[in-house]
Amino acid sequence: MSTPETPHPLDESAIERSVEEAIAAFAAAGDLEELKAARLAHTGDKAPIVLANRQIGTLDKTEKAAAGKLLGGARGKIQKALAARTEVLEVEHAERILVEETVDVTAAGRRRPLGARHPLSVLQERVSDVFIAMGWEIAEGPEIESEWFNFDALNIAPDHPSREMQDTFFVEPPEAHLVLRTHTSPVQIRSLLSRELPVYVLCPGKTFRTDELDATHTPVFHQFEGIAVDKGLTMADLKGTLEHFARRMLGEDAAIRLRPAYFPFTEPSAELDVWHPEAKGGPRWIEWGGCGMINPAVLRAAGVDPEEYTGFAFGMGIERTLMFRNGVPDMRDMIEGDIRFSQHFGMEV
Amino acid sequence: MRIPLSWIREYTQFPAEGTAEDLMAELVKVGLEEEDVHRPTDELSGPIVVGEVLEKIPEPQSNGKTINWCQVRVVPEGSTQTLTQEGIDPSGVQGIVCGAHNFEVGDKVVVTLPGAVLPGDFRIAARKTYGHVSAGMIASVRELGIGEDHDGILVLSTLGLDPAVGADAMELLGLYDSAAEINVTPDRGYAFSLRGVAREYSHATGTPFIDPAEQITTDDDAARPGLEVSLSDQAPIYGVDGCSRFVTRKVTGIDPKAPTPPWMASRLRLAGMRSISIAVDVSNYVMLELGQPNHCYDAAKLDGGIQVRRAAAGEKLITLDEKERSLHGEDLVIADARGAIGIAGVMGGARTEVDDSTSAVIVEAAHFDPISVSRSKRRHKLPSEASKRFERGVDPQLAPLAAQRVVDLLIQLAGGTNAAELTDAGTPVLPEPIALDPALPEKLTGVAYTQEQIQATLTAIGAEVTQSGDQLLVTPPSWRPDLSIPASLVEEIARLIGYDQIPSRLPVPPAGRGLTVSQQRRRSVYAGLAAAGFTEVLSYPFYSEAANTLFGRAEDTGEPMPMLRLANPIASQHPALRTTVLPGLLEAVRRNVSRGFTDLALFEAGLVFLPKAQLGSATIPALGAYPGEDVLADLDAGIPEQPLHIAAVVSGAEPAELPGVAGRRRDWADAVDAAEKVADLLRVQLEVTQGRHQAFHPGRTAELRLNGIRVGYAGELHPKVIEDQDLPARTSVMELDLSALIAAAPEQVSAASISTFPPTTQDVSLIVAQTLPATILESTLAEGAGSLLEDIELFDVYSGEHIGEGKKSLAYGLRFRAEDRTLTAEEASEARASAVALAAERHGAVQR
Repeated sequence: MSTPETPHPLDESAIERSVEEAIAAFAAAGDLEELKAARLAHTGDKAPIVLANRQIGTLDKTEKAAAGKLLGGARGKIQKALAARTEVLEVEHAERILVEETVDVTAAGRRRPLGARHPLSVLQERVSDVFIAMGWEIAEGPEIESEWFNFDALNIAPDHPSREMQDTFFVEPPEAHLVLRTHTSPVQIRSLLSRELPVYVLCPGKTFRTDELDATHTPVFHQFEGIAVDKGLTMADLKGTLEHFARRMLGEDAAIRLRPAYFPFTEPSAELDVWHPEAKGGPRWIEWGGCGMINPAVLRAAGVDPEEYTGFAFGMGIERTLMFRNGVPDMRDMIEGDIRFSQHFGMEV
Repeated sequence: MRIPLSWIREYTQFPAEGTAEDLMAELVKVGLEEEDVHRPTDELSGPIVVGEVLEKIPEPQSNGKTINWCQVRVVPEGSTQTLTQEGIDPSGVQGIVCGAHNFEVGDKVVVTLPGAVLPGDFRIAARKTYGHVSAGMIASVRELGIGEDHDGILVLSTLGLDPAVGADAMELLGLYDSAAEINVTPDRGYAFSLRGVAREYSHATGTPFIDPAEQITTDDDAARPGLEVSLSDQAPIYGVDGCSRFVTRKVTGIDPKAPTPPWMASRLRLAGMRSISIAVDVSNYVMLELGQPNHCYDAAKLDGGIQVRRAAAGEKLITLDEKERSLHGEDLVIADARGAIGIAGVMGGARTEVDDSTSAVIVEAAHFDPISVSRSKRRHKLPSEASKRFERGVDPQLAPLAAQRVVDLLIQLAGGTNAAELTDAGTPVLPEPIALDPALPEKLTGVAYTQEQIQATLTAIGAEVTQSGDQLLVTPPSWRPDLSIPASLVEEIARLIGYDQIPSRLPVPPAGRGLTVSQQRRRSVYAGLAAAGFTEVLSYPFYSEAANTLFGRAEDTGEPMPMLRLANPIASQHPALRTTVLPGLLEAVRRNVSRGFTDLALFEAGLVFLPKAQLGSATIPALGAYPGEDVLADLDAGIPEQPLHIAAVVSGAEPAELPGVAGRRRDWADAVDAAEKVADLLRVQLEVTQGRHQAFHPGRTAELRLNGIRVGYAGELHPKVIEDQDLPARTSVMELDLSALIAAAPEQVSAASISTFPPTTQDVSLIVAQTLPATILESTLAEGAGSLLEDIELFDVYSGEHIGEGKKSLAYGLRFRAEDRTLTAEEASEARASAVALAAERHGAVQR
C-alpha cells in the first residue's frame, strides 16, 4: 500500500479526499481484523489527517482556526464511519460464531439420568395421601409381631386355619410366639391401644405369607388397612369412605359394591368389589379386598368399649391394586429389581 | 362346594333351564362366592346311544392282538335310523371294531356314533382300521370321562341297567347335568351341603325351600337299643368334650357289590367325588346332601362295643389310606375292644373297612368338637371331606336323621335289611339364645330396618325370635353355631335384605396432623436419592446365615453374628431374617447384569431384624379381652429391634459414555457420596472415618458415624467378595441406619444469615501423613480459620514424587466472608495463616 500523501491542513478538497479514502477503506474491510488495519492507516499516527493536524502549528492564527475546524470535521466523519462499520462487523462476527457453534441437539445424551422410585412405594404414598386429605393419619408398626397382635387380638382363635404353618412364617423358637405379620392389622390394634379416641388411621406396610412366588402370589407383599373407631360409625360410613377412595384412585366413574363375607375380626363382614372404568379389556368389577364393622371382641382386646364406640376396617393389597390400576401383568416384575420396571414409572405411578 | 343342578332342584325352585352361572349369580348375593363351573357337555357331545351287541367276531392280528369285529344295533328293532351323519348306517346296525373283550353278544353298551365328541376333543368318525370301516366306538367309562376303570368297555348291565336300544346314553348317565362350584367361608359349615346351599338359594331369591332333613322319617320308635357306645373324654380341649353325640344304626344283608345307580354316581362325580362302592357312595351322598359326615363299619370286623376317647400313649392306627399313624394323646379316636378304629372326624381305620364280602354294616353319625378335629387333621396332615365339615361346625341335630338316610339308601340300593337298632349317645349342644337390641342393626349398618324386617329375616334363617322386655331373644338354628353374638345376627339381617340397601356417607374425622416428621423425612430421602439417579428396588428379607454374617455388622466383636431365623422358611437355604439390606440389593445387581445392564445405581430401604435379650413372650393373652398394661408391656418387650436401614449400590460408569463425555467409573467415593446425600437430605452431619468391615476393601472402607456412634459403612466391596458374589468390578455400596439418622434430624431448620458482602477466596495445599483423613484436616483448618471462613472444599489429593514416602498433599479452597464488611486480602490471609498454623500444630502439616 502506497503511503498516502499528507494533505495540507487548509486544502479542503485534499482533506475531503482523505476522508473519502478512509470511509472507503473501512467499508472495504471484510472483518474486524481488516478493519483494525484500516483504522490504524486512517486514524493512527501515520494517518494523513493526523499528520495534517500536526501541521496546524505551523499556520498563523487565523489559518489555525479554519484548519482546526476543517480537520475536526474530517476526524468526526472518519470516527463515525469507523464506529458504524465496527458495529456492523461485530454483529456479523457474533452471528458467525453462533453459526459455527451449531451442534446436533439430538446428540445430547442423558448426562445425569434420573433414577426411579419403586411403583409400589409411590402407590403406597398416593394411597396414604388420599386418607391424609380426609383427615386420617398414617400408622406403622413392626414386621415381626407377637402372635397376640397378629391373631388373638383380632379374634383369630388359636385353632383358626389361618394360623396353620402353611400360611404364617413363624420365628424360631416357636415358644417365643413371634411371627412375620400376615397382615397390617396388628398396627390397627397398636393404634387403638396407643391413640386417643376417636381413631382414624391408615396402616400401609409390608406383610408376609408362605406362598411361593408366581405371577399372582409373592411371600412378601404390601397391604394398606384402614380403621376408624368413633361414636356412631356405621357401614354407611365404611361405604362412603371406600367410595371416595375408589374415585380418587380410579377416577370419578369408579364405584364400589359390598358382598357378604366372613372375617374373624369384623361382623358384619364384606368383600369389596370396585368398578374399574379404565380396566384393561374394558370396565368391570374387580375384587379389591375385605372390610366390615369391627368385631366387638377386637375392640375389647384393644381396650375400647364396644357399647360406646363402633368402628369399621378395610384392607387391600398394594400389589393387586398396582396390577389392575396400572396394568402390571406379573407380580414377579415387582420383586426382581429389574431397573426397567421401576424406571418406566420414574417418580410417578 | 360343588352343587349339581339336578340335585338342588329337588329342594328349591331353581328353574329347569337355569345354568350353573345363573345359580352362582343368585348365591353370590348372600355371600357364597362363585368359583367355577363343571359341565360335562362342555367336552362331550352326542350322538351317544345305547346299543345292543348282535355279533362279535374275534379277529387275531399280525401284531399279536385280537380285535373284535362287532355288529351293534343302535335303533330299536322295527324303527328306522333318523340320524344322517356320514358313517351312520341307515339300517340301524353299525359295524364297529372293538379292542376290548369284557362283553358278550346281547350286552347293552354305550355307542359313540360318528359326529360325537369325547373329552380331550376326541372326535368320532367312521374310519378304516384292521381291514374294516369302523363307524363309531363302544365306549369305556374312561373314554366318557366318568371314571378311571380301564378294564374294558362299559357294559350297562353292570350298573344294573337294561335300557332300550337307541336310548340317549348321555341322559342315562347323567351327563347333561352340571355343577356350580362356590366358595364357602369358614363360618358357614352348613353350606358344605345341598341342604345348606338350597336354603341360601331360597334366601337369595325369596322362593320356597324344601328341607331334605325334614323328608326323612326316623323309625326310632321301633328301634331296639343298638351297639354299646361309651363317650369318655379324659382330656377335653378348652373344657369341651370331643364328642357330644354319637349315633349308630345297623343294616344287615347288604350286597356290597350292588352297582351304584348312574344318577347317584353322576351327582357324586359332579360334586367332585369318585364312585367307589355302594356303601361308600351312599355314605358320601348323604354327607353331601345333609352336611353330616358319617361312616360305615363292617359289623363283622368290629370287636365289641364302641368307645370314643383320647388316644392312649403309643397307640397306632392304620387308616383307610393304608398308612400307619402314630396317635397323639390329644387325638380323639373311635375304638372297639381291640383299639382305635378311626380318628374322630378325620379318617376311618382299615381294619373295620367295608369290603366286597361285607354283609352287615354299622352306620355311624356323630358330632365332634371342631377344635379337636382341626388339631388331629393338622397333626396327621389329613384334610378330608369329613374334617372340613366338622372343623366348621355340623348341625348337632342331624346325626340320627343322616344315619336314617344312610339306612334307607342301603335298603333301597344295596338290598339291606334294617336291623331296627339305634344307639344315640351323648347330648347335643345347641346354640344359646342371644339378646338382640332392636336398635343394633341400624347402629351397625346405617339402615333403619323395620321391626318386621328384623323378625322376618331372623325367622327365615331358621332362628326362633321372642320378645323379652325391650330386647329380642334370638335362638339361632342348630346348624348355625357361628351365630354367637348380636353383631352376627345383624350380618344376617343386612345380608338377606341386601348390602346394596346400605347408604353411603363420608365420615368426618377430627382434624388430622398429616404425615409425621419421620414419614416426611423418609419420603424426601427416597425422592432425593431417586432424583440423584438411584433406582429403588424392593427385595425379600430372607437370607442365608452366611449372607448376614458377611454383610451385617462388622466382625469386630469376635462374637457370632446374632440373627433371627424362621421356623418354616420357604427355602431351607434362606432361613435367616436380614440384619442388613445389602444382600438383597446385590441380588438385584446380579439380575440386572444378567439382563445386560452394568451401569447401576440402586437403593433399597427396609426394616432389618435384630435379636435382643428377651425374645417373644411365653404366654399369649386370651381372645377378646384387654390384656392389661403389664401384659402388653411384656409382649412389646419381646418384639425384636427392627430399625429401618437404607442401602445403595453403584457399579459401572456414570454417565454411560456419551458424545464428547467419557463415562466416569463409579467408585467407592460414589458410595460415600450416596451416604452423605442421605445425611444432607435429613440435615444431619455424618462423620466419615477410615473403617474396617469384612465385606469391604480393607483400604477403601468408610465407617460412618453420627454424633460419635457408628451408623453404617460405605466404600468398595472386597475384591474377593466381588468375585465370589459374581458382581461387577469395583462394585461399591453403602448402608445406613436410617432410623438413627431420622431420629437425629432436626424437626425444623433455623435460617442462617446470608452476608451480602463479597467473598475472598484463597487456596491452601498441605502435605500431611498418608493416614490422616481428609475430613480431620478439614475440620482442623475450619477451626483454625475461625468465623470468617464461610466454606471449605477439598479439590485435590496428590501423593507421589516430590511429596515424600507416606505423605500426601491435600488442597482445599477456602472461601472467607464477613457479616458486616468487605474483607481485605490481609484479613483473609491472616485467617488462612491461622488455619495452616493449627494444622501444623495438630498434624504436622507443611505447606506445599
